[in-house]
Amino acid sequence: MQNTQAPSSTSVLEIRNMTQRFGGLVAVSDFSINLGKNQLYGLIGPNGAGKTTVFNLISGFYQPSQGRIFINGRPTAGLKPHKVTALGVARTFQNIRLWNDMSVLDNIRVAQHGALDYGFLQAVLRTRSYRDCEARIEKEARELLTFFELDQYANELPTNLPYGLQRKLEIVRALSEKPKLLLLDEPAAGLNSVDAIELIRLVKWIHENFDISILLIEHHMDVVMELCSQIKVIDFGQTIAEGDPEEIRNNPAVISAYLGDDTI
Amino acid sequence: MQRYSVQLILIALGGLITYLAYEEAIDLYIISVLMFMGVNIIMSTSLNLVNGNMGEFSCGHAGFMCVGAYVSSVLGVLLFSKNKILAAPLLNPEMAVYFFPFIIIAGGLAAALTGLLVAIPSYRTRGDYLAIITIAANYIIISAIENMNIIGGSRGFMGMKRVVNSMEDVLYLPWMVIWVFVFTIGTVWLLRRYTSSTFGKGVNAICQDEVAAEIMSVNTNKMKTITFMLSSGLAGVAGGLFAYIIGYVNPGSFNILKSTEAMVMVYLGGMGSLSGAVIAAVLFTLLTEGLRFADVLLHYLWFVPDSWHYSQVWKWVIIPLILIILMQFRPEGIMGNRELSDLFPGLKRFYKFK
Repeated sequence: MQNTQAPSSTSVLEIRNMTQRFGGLVAVSDFSINLGKNQLYGLIGPNGAGKTTVFNLISGFYQPSQGRIFINGRPTAGLKPHKVTALGVARTFQNIRLWNDMSVLDNIRVAQHGALDYGFLQAVLRTRSYRDCEARIEKEARELLTFFELDQYANELPTNLPYGLQRKLEIVRALSEKPKLLLLDEPAAGLNSVDAIELIRLVKWIHENFDISILLIEHHMDVVMELCSQIKVIDFGQTIAEGDPEEIRNNPAVISAYLGDDTI
Repeated sequence: MQRYSVQLILIALGGLITYLAYEEAIDLYIISVLMFMGVNIIMSTSLNLVNGNMGEFSCGHAGFMCVGAYVSSVLGVLLFSKNKILAAPLLNPEMAVYFFPFIIIAGGLAAALTGLLVAIPSYRTRGDYLAIITIAANYIIISAIENMNIIGGSRGFMGMKRVVNSMEDVLYLPWMVIWVFVFTIGTVWLLRRYTSSTFGKGVNAICQDEVAAEIMSVNTNKMKTITFMLSSGLAGVAGGLFAYIIGYVNPGSFNILKSTEAMVMVYLGGMGSLSGAVIAAVLFTLLTEGLRFADVLLHYLWFVPDSWHYSQVWKWVIIPLILIILMQFRPEGIMGNRELSDLFPGLKRFYKFK
């Protein structure tokens, strides 16, 4: 029934009753979410709960077995990931996936592939549209790096950066796509507590300074509680709780999912 | 000065070689070695685009060379020379002098279309599986041509010398030297411009992390198609030039051994390094020709009986041996994935190659 309604015009991300099966395994079951403008939403759950699968479904890497996804009111069904990105989604990865043989600046530049207004022939002939576009991309990339205080590393390879800065660079690369929705997959994974606090500040700062909605997967409960106004908890693909941090903290289903059931 | 230094050097070099060939001041043998060097440069730089920049493993590059060689040969001979198929040439043989570059480009375009044979499977497979597909493509092309009796089948196809001769009748210039030079420079220049643009760097992104590339708005299928077609198209150009230099083609000369030669050059030069691919092609040509000299020398010194001929036999001992030694001691090749200007930053003051 619900599936036939038009998507709500104010939501940045709307997922209706999405289910994903891999063979006999139900990785995500009946997942629904509605993200408004400038919302910071947390998605948490124990290992293997299906959080990253949700991200892979949103970014078009998998097509859901059932259900529909709308980004800025547009359905993503049948779109390749780069087309989904063009609808206004950008994401980071749980294990950092920067292009390590390319300079930091080039990492940002290549992420503008979808916004290039020239093709192969113009690139080879070095036409005016090519030169203008390259100049604009370079300028914007440098501005963005300066904005995030990464400009001194512009010509470094990402592998030479400290781990925390690589995480930061991946977020900056995602932001360079000018998304309306940013998907952060465990941005604090592998960071020590000092860097993790730094990262929380960064995410908060991005949320305040960019006109953007953020969906955040995180393992650390304290990070999510600190950042998000709304939280959804999934376990074994099922949504087990939803609400503000206070409700989640006291929800018995969440406690048992994270700490185990005491009825043996 | 710095802006035009490369152009000036290239014009001077091209002019010098053409002049020497025109005056017959240098041996015909040396001229043909120089021309094969050009063909090898086109082969290695174009394969480097796929194997080096895109990180795929294509082992059937000679197949595309074969398509280019046959298409431009057959086209040239049908249009500008007496032939067995149509008897009289379709156009006045004197026109060949104007149409020759277009014949070569037509061979390149045909080869680019054949490149789809590899590009489309690459959407779904990569690595070892795609390598097998490229070998299969190489064999499909060779076997198809071997079975086309109208263009000579496995006996080969000839008549290209007549086309070259009719070009020289109109205006006596070493046309082949000129065109090999122009196409070689054109290839390197084209590849340089492609890989240095943000658009072309998408190819490197695919090499390093295809998933990240697709998510970060790179249309990976489109980039793979363009890259495979460009690479095989340039191999086709190399094939066309090769056919007109020798004046004779047969499918057997484009088998997996020829593809291996191109691969050796790419690995020798360093994956993803354009200048490495050029240097390796030059060294490789000198080496294989050097073997011929060693052969002559050994015979001259009476070390070996007259009936033994080493160069062609030993070539396929020495080339694989180079590969083994290379993989043991310098797996990244001569240049690694760096360019000449990265190794010697001082050079940047003297030239700009874009």
